[in-house]
Amino acid sequence: MSTLTQQDTFQAFLAASPSNFPSVRTTGKESFISQGLPAVKAEEYKFTNITKKLESSIQNFSPALPLAVSAEQVKSALIEGFEGDVLVFSNGSFVPELSSKIEGVEVSLLSGKEDTALGSIAKPNKDVFAALNQASFQDGIFISVPKKAQIEKPILLLSFNGANAGQVVQPRVWIQVGDFAEVTFLDQSVSLGEQSYFLNKVVEIKGGINSQINYYRIQNEGKNCVEVSNIETDIQKDAKFTSVNLSLSGDMVRNNLSLNLLGSNSEGNMYGIYLLNGKSHVDNHTNVDHTIPHAESNELYKGILADQSRGVFNGKIFVRQDAQKTNAFQQNNNILLSEDAIVNTKPQLEIWADDVKCSHGCTVGQLDEEALFYLQARGIDKLTAKGLLLYAFAGEVLEKIEEESFRNYAVGLIQDRLGSKF
Amino acid sequence: MSKDNQILEELTSKEYEHGWSVNYEADEAPAGLNEDIIRWISAKKEEPEWLLEWRLKAFRTWMNMPEPEWANVTYPKIDLQALKYYSAPKQIKKTKSLEEVDPELIAIYERLGISLNEQKRLQGIAVDAVLDSVSVATTFKGTLAKLGIVFCSFSEAVKEHPELVKKYLGSVVPMTDNYYAALNSAVFSDGSFCYIPKGVRCPMELSTYFRINAANTGQFERTLIVAEESSYVSYLEGCTAPQRDENQLHAAVVEIYAAAHAEVKYSTVQNWFPGDKEGKGGIYNFVTKRGICAGDHSKISWTQVETGSAVTWKYPSCILKGDYSIGEFYSVAVTNNYQQADTGTKMIHIGKNTKSRIVSKGISAGKSQNSYRGQVQVMKRADNARNFSQCDSLLMGDQCGAHTFPYIDINNPSAKVEHEATTSKIGEDQIFYCNQRGIATEDAVALIVNGYAKEVLNQLPMEFAVEAQKLLALTLEGSVG
Repeated sequence: MSTLTQQDTFQAFLAASPSNFPSVRTTGKESFISQGLPAVKAEEYKFTNITKKLESSIQNFSPALPLAVSAEQVKSALIEGFEGDVLVFSNGSFVPELSSKIEGVEVSLLSGKEDTALGSIAKPNKDVFAALNQASFQDGIFISVPKKAQIEKPILLLSFNGANAGQVVQPRVWIQVGDFAEVTFLDQSVSLGEQSYFLNKVVEIKGGINSQINYYRIQNEGKNCVEVSNIETDIQKDAKFTSVNLSLSGDMVRNNLSLNLLGSNSEGNMYGIYLLNGKSHVDNHTNVDHTIPHAESNELYKGILADQSRGVFNGKIFVRQDAQKTNAFQQNNNILLSEDAIVNTKPQLEIWADDVKCSHGCTVGQLDEEALFYLQARGIDKLTAKGLLLYAFAGEVLEKIEEESFRNYAVGLIQDRLGSKF
Repeated sequence: MSKDNQILEELTSKEYEHGWSVNYEADEAPAGLNEDIIRWISAKKEEPEWLLEWRLKAFRTWMNMPEPEWANVTYPKIDLQALKYYSAPKQIKKTKSLEEVDPELIAIYERLGISLNEQKRLQGIAVDAVLDSVSVATTFKGTLAKLGIVFCSFSEAVKEHPELVKKYLGSVVPMTDNYYAALNSAVFSDGSFCYIPKGVRCPMELSTYFRINAANTGQFERTLIVAEESSYVSYLEGCTAPQRDENQLHAAVVEIYAAAHAEVKYSTVQNWFPGDKEGKGGIYNFVTKRGICAGDHSKISWTQVETGSAVTWKYPSCILKGDYSIGEFYSVAVTNNYQQADTGTKMIHIGKNTKSRIVSKGISAGKSQNSYRGQVQVMKRADNARNFSQCDSLLMGDQCGAHTFPYIDINNPSAKVEHEATTSKIGEDQIFYCNQRGIATEDAVALIVNGYAKEVLNQLPMEFAVEAQKLLALTLEGSVG
């Protein structure tokens, strides 16, 4: 038996939690204890043995304190050509002095907003790590976009993470978007130092009627980052939510991305790319819950796996009995580039209504030899041709990013990676 | 839409046609499950010592196994101690020829439409008829023996070909494989054994017909098919059971071994009692079926038409070990009323240049739940593996559910794997198109469903295809006219 599976490690960790949000924390704690860390081969963590990974890389299971972040660091981390507001976080704690004041948006510490219904969207009983975060997060951020507000500039959530001897960083974000409001968020993390740490993030997004929310995310953390994130969104009728998730590195990364469509004519889009090398292991679990009639969801995830990397994809579309006239589409394509890369994919449909159109598709393969030959025959060397084809493969997802600077940044990162690697 | 509802109404009111049972004097084991019962069964069947040991070993393993709960089905726990593990009609004596078999037993099969009279029936199918725990009769044995083909009941095989049974028993489905396979290994009563020697192409379809008659018994049969190098066999399995209020357990194991260049085609039309309209009674069908393509260029093909059972839990699988071996799985699963089916396949690619193809068509109606659960695994050394999977679901009515759980695990960059699935109901536009051309809604539904399942039905041998089409028509009676 290892230390992590023993109760006392967590007893101490949980005991050190702040005293605010008492009932929220108690629910989280109870839920955490009753679920326990995922056992080997537990269905939800079948290919991602997170418990073992935590045991081997996180020696000091204690909350990480904020590190000093300088204005230069923020400046250099900014995306080229980015024009928008920045909210800076250090090990999950908000750094107001480096952040911009955003016109028309309320931003405050969660500790000052004790009436926030934390855990009502990302329910602790769905995932043990969401429960752990709910029980023991230090502080978080509360972002509220009022009714009818059109926030034209994107809001960048820029997190600096780094901890000594493998501590735990637990960011907690609550975003509420009022009726008819429009907003775009970029979520980017920067690792400070090479130390291993455990990032356990929870983001809850509540979208009002006819709201439009974009949530773009780049995961390009250090090679020693063990990460679990739970991002869950509720949207009401006529609302639209689009998420694009790019995973480029990390020791072991698990993303739980869930979307609950709670009103008719709502639309959810989830796109993602995982472009992995080394020994990275990225697990994307997505869950779309159609609870009402006349809603639509689209999902497209693409993976390119090199070296000894492993990509896991589990997409679940859940259509409830009342959700007639649902359109739900899901696709997952993977390209394996090396002998040792592994992909485990499970596109899952659970359908309880009959008048629906649902489909899912999934492929695993390699680059088309004929396409490669075509390019080579026209004087393009093999390496460039390969990069070009892979870039085209990923392009279908990249073009879903509407925010220009972020798209260019993502394109650049992927081109870099493809150029140097392939 | 009222017409549609009416069709569905009629569909759900259809009765099970094989629901009758026959009273005969039976030789039964006392209820309960323990080592003594296993010894009792083994003694009853006059088995050699090694087989008893094998059974006991399986039983001890089984004792330490938890009952699996991962399947997408719900049912009350089965009290395995309340079941009887052996039931055989008393009249069965050692018979040399069919003439000596009790006419009453033959009559049971006549009533099911299975003639055991060699002269009367269609030439071309040899039948092993299994009633509850024992094999009643096997036809065409003589004809097959001339070619060196062994086709007999399992008990007979143990006595007459112990070396073959010993070599292959448990080689594909080890006794420790899963809960129900272990239970079957401990208490299996009878089943069919089939051995095709090298280079022989079996001239007729071999078939087993399973019938559960007695109440409170479980049926645990075991089928073992061994196809030696360059041989070919097509094997059929059919099953029915009487209508009873309590649930009955059927936990079978089927093992197929295909040597180099051998081809085995295994077709099932499963029509166990599915329970009545309220979901009362019915068979629990927990079956382990697996084939191994052990030699290069071998091929195993599974075709199944599932219409019966209250709960089905079945994954005919292929282990593609030989290079260039091929695995196929074709399935139509129809669920109605309160039926639950969790079925699919596993394709394990181990050898190089292996290919597999999965076509699964689910049709759910009434309040039933239909799940496809499949796994395609490409191992590290399986270069150039190719898989194509298609699993479609058709929903009829808003109370039923269709679910897909495909697992795709790829460990080799040269693999090409495709999976696609759709779920929908019969399109109003399709029905409208037919209506427009003077085809009544009922006939249109029949046309569409038949077309939908055709890809699978086409794979069935002729005799079975007729039965399957009839069965499909019956299951959807009212809508297909």
